[in-house]
Amino acid sequence: MIDTLRLTAEDAAGLLERKEVSGEELTRAYMDAIDERDGELHAYLHVVGESGTGVPIAHKDLVTTKGIPTTAGSRILEGYIPVFDSTVAARCKEAGLPILGKTNMDEFAMGSSTENSAYGPSHNPWDPDRVPGGSSGGSAAAVAGGLAPWALGSDTGGSIKQPASLCGLVGLRPTYGTVSRYGIVAFASSLDQIGPITKTVRDCARLYEVIAGRDGCDSTTVDLPEPVQIPTAEDLQGIRIGIPKELNEAEGIEPGVSEQVQKAIALAEGLGAEVGETTLPRSVDYGLACYYLVAPAEASSNLARYDGVRYGHRAAGDGDLTALYERTRWEGFGAEPKRRILIGTYALSAGYYEAYYGQAQKVRTMIAQEHAAAFEQFDLLVSPTSPTVAFRIGEKAENPLAMYLSDLLTIPSNMAGLPGLSIPCGLSEDLPVGLQLIGPQFSENLLFRTGHALERALGFDFVPERLRHA
Amino acid sequence: MLEWEPVIGLEIHVQLKTRTKMFCRCENVWGEEENTRTCPICLAHPGTLPVANRTAIEWAIKLGLALGCEIAPRALFHRKHYFYPDLPKGYQISQYDVPLASGGRFVLPTAEGDREIGIVRAHLEEDAAKTIHVGGSAGRIAGAEYSLVDFNRGGTPLVEVVSEPDVRSPDEARRFLQLLRRTVVELEISDAEMEKGSLRCDANVSLREVGESGFRTKTELKNMNSFKFVADGITAELERQRDIYEGGGEVVQETLHYDPSTGSVAPLRSKEYADDYRYFPEPDLVPVEPPAGMVEAARAEIGELPGARIRRLEAEVGFDLAEGLVSGGRDRLFEEVPGDRRAVANVLMNQFAALSIDPAQVNAAELGKLIEARETLPRSTFAEALMATGDPDFRADSYLVEVAISDFDELDPVLDRVIAANEAQVTSFKAGKEGVLGYLVGQVMRETQGKANPKVVNERLREKLGA
Repeated sequence: MIDTLRLTAEDAAGLLERKEVSGEELTRAYMDAIDERDGELHAYLHVVGESGTGVPIAHKDLVTTKGIPTTAGSRILEGYIPVFDSTVAARCKEAGLPILGKTNMDEFAMGSSTENSAYGPSHNPWDPDRVPGGSSGGSAAAVAGGLAPWALGSDTGGSIKQPASLCGLVGLRPTYGTVSRYGIVAFASSLDQIGPITKTVRDCARLYEVIAGRDGCDSTTVDLPEPVQIPTAEDLQGIRIGIPKELNEAEGIEPGVSEQVQKAIALAEGLGAEVGETTLPRSVDYGLACYYLVAPAEASSNLARYDGVRYGHRAAGDGDLTALYERTRWEGFGAEPKRRILIGTYALSAGYYEAYYGQAQKVRTMIAQEHAAAFEQFDLLVSPTSPTVAFRIGEKAENPLAMYLSDLLTIPSNMAGLPGLSIPCGLSEDLPVGLQLIGPQFSENLLFRTGHALERALGFDFVPERLRHA
Repeated sequence: MLEWEPVIGLEIHVQLKTRTKMFCRCENVWGEEENTRTCPICLAHPGTLPVANRTAIEWAIKLGLALGCEIAPRALFHRKHYFYPDLPKGYQISQYDVPLASGGRFVLPTAEGDREIGIVRAHLEEDAAKTIHVGGSAGRIAGAEYSLVDFNRGGTPLVEVVSEPDVRSPDEARRFLQLLRRTVVELEISDAEMEKGSLRCDANVSLREVGESGFRTKTELKNMNSFKFVADGITAELERQRDIYEGGGEVVQETLHYDPSTGSVAPLRSKEYADDYRYFPEPDLVPVEPPAGMVEAARAEIGELPGARIRRLEAEVGFDLAEGLVSGGRDRLFEEVPGDRRAVANVLMNQFAALSIDPAQVNAAELGKLIEARETLPRSTFAEALMATGDPDFRADSYLVEVAISDFDELDPVLDRVIAANEAQVTSFKAGKEGVLGYLVGQVMRETQGKANPKVVNERLREKLGA
């Protein structure tokens, strides 16, 4: 009997290597779990159920998979079946990882709860009345609910780190440029990154190793400066961790969240880390505003291709070209993409470009400089990942601005292109709290090392309490 | 009466003949079956990304250098947005504020001296797909029953050359475009054939009074797909603007479509172009930072430019023949063909030009031999021989054996017959009507089935008529 809730990807790989289970048996166990719990969780949009030589994986539904529907959570891509594999899907395939299925997400990765999915929200395995976070909420719900050993997500403003945090999982947003975006349905090209959502830091490092590295199909990718190291050390000797005041004292951080993060920081000190206060004076104040110009501007451009001419949804009826475009896009896009297309189109319009997109790019440079200054004193920065624990489904759905604040703490380092690792660090109101570690560019190995040591010391149980078997 | 001065700037699109497209690996080829040279990238499937074609960058640099431009150390690609079925991404990847090449000048030789046309910029972009509107009028979308899109052309590398408004006449526009065409053809970066659309030209046109400083409102003129239509279209638009001004009106800034069938211009519907392209830097591409070696290598590959060659050949054959030879791409052959310079130039620009023979296929030495002997050959034989010069195995000797009849013994009886039969013409020639001689020569040529040497016949006739 395979306990998919408890089994890590590393455990699963061990079972396969030792031939204690076959690939078919392993997939069967996850398919059984999907049959049992996905009705409640709605983590998947498409279940595929492949088996193979490696540990099976779930892909967020914006990871293009040849022959397997890829909708990005949108009606406008309903029925679209890609004719090619994204680079990350191809690399997973080459590594022998069969596909369990495609996971639910906010439409075009725009959202923090999966409530913006055109196909209905996913539910948090810790409390099905609550959101799993987003936009990679389906991937997080699948892993936390034992419906996949590991999964890929994408992170633009916090879409890997935040759902990992809300579901008690590990999530890595890699350094911009280390993982290929080729075949990832684009939201905001200068921010989008693919990364793992896993139960442990070691699983996270293993999956990152599979997907990372330069890709000839993505001009913005680079070679990793050093190979990925699977972390083993359990101490934090010599690692300097900075606590940016603004990221830790921002308005809206729940006291229970702060408390768990502070306890984890104290634990890090006990493991030998040098901890000190630092500051990012303007990054937090301006980060969100800057993000909500850059991301919608790029989205308005990236979503222009959905015109009903070549693939995906096309409005029925006669009419001229403009009518075809208008009706197709009106019917195909949900409220959030429409909102962002409008904001982004405005921000790029003649006469507004300099004041909005142009200014936001300057702020972005400033944010990067502030982080660089903090890294002169510290190896890593720490903060809560999300200001809150998982909120109730519907709680913020009618208030886009409240929803946008979910990413307040993840956005600044994303704007700077920096890697961030979220690990679970405790419970508040019986729900997981995530801790965010931010490093300089290409510091993934240090993030893994630190995250792993903390994970061991924290002893957090990633199986949702209500699902633990007696 | 006011004197008007045309102010014309050209925007010229040159398709590069690279092996593959600008941002994907699809074959870049013209005339294949529709939608057979496409891939997820040039069809803008979700998630696809562009990767810039290195050869296209090198060639655009080469063209920029040939136009005397500075090459940007760090050029940017931008997205240019508009919704139209020929643009699958909803934007075209182009260049905006930092083009690959800028600030050049193009020297246009004229009989009166050099004219300099400033080059604002030469930038690299991708071509749109081809739309075919079925039904309705003149192949335009307005009123069409349905439209088809051929994506084979979508993503072809394109260099857009933008000139300063330095052109002063429709004819100068045509000559500038022809010489620019020679430049890209000789750089071997484009076929630059207007009828195939691999060379396209739009014109910004305005008028002002002679002596007036500053510019008046300009219009943008599109759809001039031959050198002649460029000159004709601009002429029509200049006349339209002059009529407006002379009627007390004002020219409105707009985009106009030239209709060669009526020779008139008409406004494009506003939905057929956008006025706000929402440019922003293409985040899927990194800036183009050409290494110094790449720029120098490109510079080293540029030979003598066509303008300079016109000046050099002018000394031998005069300006008109020199320009004709260079613009027509027959100057290399001209330089290789031995013999009298003007005779060779004349043959190449007249009889030879009419035959549309690829000059590169011609054996210059043999052609020289043929031209040398042309005075002694019957015209029909010469024409026949000239037509055969396109054959790589062409040998002049096989035609030269048919020497024209120059022998008086053979000619005299014919001449005498012609003189006797055309008494009236002979009388009027003797009375001073020179032109009649040509008629008499023609009669002799007819009697000899074209085999007489016309020069000899001419001289002998004069002798016999005592002129």
